[in-house]
Amino acid sequence: MTFQPAATGIMEMITWFEHYTLWFIVPITLLVLVLLAYCIFRFRESANPTPSRTSHNTIIEVIWTIGPVVILLFLAVPSFQLLTAQYTPVDEPGLTIKATGNQWNWDYEYQIEDPLSFNAAMLTDADRAGAGKEDRAVYPRLLAVDNEVVVPVGETVRVLVTASDVIHAFAMPAFGVKVDAVPGRINETWFKAEKEGLYYGQCSELCGKDHAYMPIAIRVVNEGQYTTWLAAAKTDLPGANRALMAAIDNNTKVAVAGN
Amino acid sequence: MAGAAVHDHDDHKPKGWVRWVYSTNHKDIGTLYLIFAIIAGILGGFLSVMMRWELAEPGIQIFHGLASMVYGVDGDAAIDAGKSMFNAFTTAHGLVMIFFMVMPALIGGFANWMVPIMIGAPDMAFPRMNNISFWLLPPAFILLILSAFVPSAPGAHGVGGGWTIYPPMSTSGQPGPAMDLAILSLHIAGASSILGAINFITTIFNMRAPGMTLHKMPLFAWSVLITAFLLLLSLPVLAGGITMLLTDRNFGTTFFAPEGGGDPILFQHLFWFFGHPEVYILILPGFGIVSHIVSTFSRKPVFGYLGMAYAMVAIGAVGFVVWAHHMYTTGLSLNTQRYFVFATMVIAVPTGVKIFSWIATMWGGSISMRTPMLWAIGFIFLFTVGGVTGVQLANAGLDRALHDTYYVVAHFHYVLSLGAVFAIFAAWYYWFPKMTGYMYSSLIARAHFWVTFVGVNLVFFPQHFLGLAGMPRRYIDYPDAFAGWNMVSSYGSYISAFGVLIFLFGVFEAFSKKRIAGANPWGEGATTLEWQLSSPPPYHQWEQLPKIK
Repeated sequence: MTFQPAATGIMEMITWFEHYTLWFIVPITLLVLVLLAYCIFRFRESANPTPSRTSHNTIIEVIWTIGPVVILLFLAVPSFQLLTAQYTPVDEPGLTIKATGNQWNWDYEYQIEDPLSFNAAMLTDADRAGAGKEDRAVYPRLLAVDNEVVVPVGETVRVLVTASDVIHAFAMPAFGVKVDAVPGRINETWFKAEKEGLYYGQCSELCGKDHAYMPIAIRVVNEGQYTTWLAAAKTDLPGANRALMAAIDNNTKVAVAGN
Repeated sequence: MAGAAVHDHDDHKPKGWVRWVYSTNHKDIGTLYLIFAIIAGILGGFLSVMMRWELAEPGIQIFHGLASMVYGVDGDAAIDAGKSMFNAFTTAHGLVMIFFMVMPALIGGFANWMVPIMIGAPDMAFPRMNNISFWLLPPAFILLILSAFVPSAPGAHGVGGGWTIYPPMSTSGQPGPAMDLAILSLHIAGASSILGAINFITTIFNMRAPGMTLHKMPLFAWSVLITAFLLLLSLPVLAGGITMLLTDRNFGTTFFAPEGGGDPILFQHLFWFFGHPEVYILILPGFGIVSHIVSTFSRKPVFGYLGMAYAMVAIGAVGFVVWAHHMYTTGLSLNTQRYFVFATMVIAVPTGVKIFSWIATMWGGSISMRTPMLWAIGFIFLFTVGGVTGVQLANAGLDRALHDTYYVVAHFHYVLSLGAVFAIFAAWYYWFPKMTGYMYSSLIARAHFWVTFVGVNLVFFPQHFLGLAGMPRRYIDYPDAFAGWNMVSSYGSYISAFGVLIFLFGVFEAFSKKRIAGANPWGEGATTLEWQLSSPPPYHQWEQLPKIK
């Protein structure tokens, strides 16, 4: 009934702003409802057989014009701050990843010295066991992919988004990120994930038959895990992914044991 | 001598099919439009119930079966064809409801019927053009239906790019002839609307009864005048855009193809320059209708008449400069987004004026809750709900999280499916006695209202939650976490569909019982000119022009 938990500062701002707007729009809606109900009851034919003929009242007309303007100003100020923040990375991006939408999967390219690139498609049920992704709570149907994007926690990541065939959209709800992948154009966005974890998004622009079947998965890990994974991934991506999953599992077990 | 006595105006009424096919009578053409809209609405509603049935549970339930029934494919091919068929259903549902249900009902139907009567004119300015306006629609509709049965993408039938038909999905993405048929359909429907718009503008400017200045003209006529201008200015832009699609598809141009120096985003600008005024085209006539109904059943004149008229003018004018708020995620520059946020928020002000003026019209009135009033008050409340979520979505920063999710679906169905459609039903129950001469069963009409009210709210309110949780729109299947509210939403759609059956039964019942309504069943609150005529009105009215004091 509300947003997914935020994993970036931007998504925290979006969540805050959404709750802030509710403080205006819910009372306005209730006001309209109460006024309608009051009119229906108080001015019903039997209670008020003689209607008034009033059809003008300049003061009240000015009030209900100025009032909404003031409310909109209250909304506009934080709205513009949020919008500006979304286009102002907190620090210089340390990693650039290019995401290319295809019908119906994603290509990722780590733009580093000796670039790493791979394709990520939705995980089929047949491949679950082989990939060690049988836990459907962690790797849900329609969301789990074969190769996740792996990024270090706390790093500002620049994402360059484009498409090879039709328009797709790169969306990551927990990060507050959504940008269209348009053939012939490169759109830029960024995120700085504050919490380790595995995050899911889905293609958000109708792109044909399998529009619902090209998820986006980003694994946020600590700096050490990221470095190890990156070094291994260049030669053996599946192996690197399995090693990373094992390392994360171990960490979780250690944390549980530490309790 | 007796023969001469019957040689009055009724004598010129043509008989049989000639009366309808050759019709130049605005009331007959209006009736044709209304019947057409009911048929199209049933088809569009059927498409939506099929989609909600599919979405009731995670996984694919029915579309592979539908695809194998309709296209005769089996196994994996049926699953693939079913996925494409779902996209074709979303596309067709949007196009049918917009171009073949709401517009024909409000503009072709009620406006054709009532605007000439309300302004004291004997007919529309161009009666023959009125005929062609209507008769262009059935071929357009047939073309769109045909498109569902011809190939689009490989292994798929029917246009599956959404009603927005963005390229390259609508060009290289679907090479088959389905898209060409749909483009042709839109061209013809657009031509029909442009001709209709010219007719309304000419009629309203030139054929008002003596003494009826623009500032005395009923608000419904105002709303149709503004709508006609929006149509006239926006539809040619759509026509241009889809013509470029057509040449991109068939004649090797590359307006929207990056490999030839074109840009897919250009189409989105052209489309939404039409598309945003279009959504006001769908709702403005409803504004006019609701004003009349609220005033009639409160037995009070409309509060702030001039403010109401110019609020609609303002909404129509600002509606032309907000189009890119549909495109916040396409990569618009920060400053462009700032402008469109600002411009979009401005629209909330005249809209607020209208909502409060309707309430003020009721204030101090003597309110009788007849059926049209129920629908009108339902409209005001539900339109408010859709309006305030519109204010949220206007903020590009927040829209980033909500764009292309079910939140948007909920928003635009609250303003259109629950706004425009409630206005259509309000108008139906308000003018049905006038148009047919018969009174409907109030009991059935109220049952229709309550079932529909509960049904559509169950459909669309939970979609706010789905959108916030991140469920993208136009999905045939969704992660299991979204299952609960989808189920609720689907049940709501079955209830709404039952409401449509009640509506149809009510129409049938009214025609079979033939309760005589009388010239003015609504009493002294109904002050516009149509209530001075008999019900149904004479075949040609105002042979002596009414004088407005």
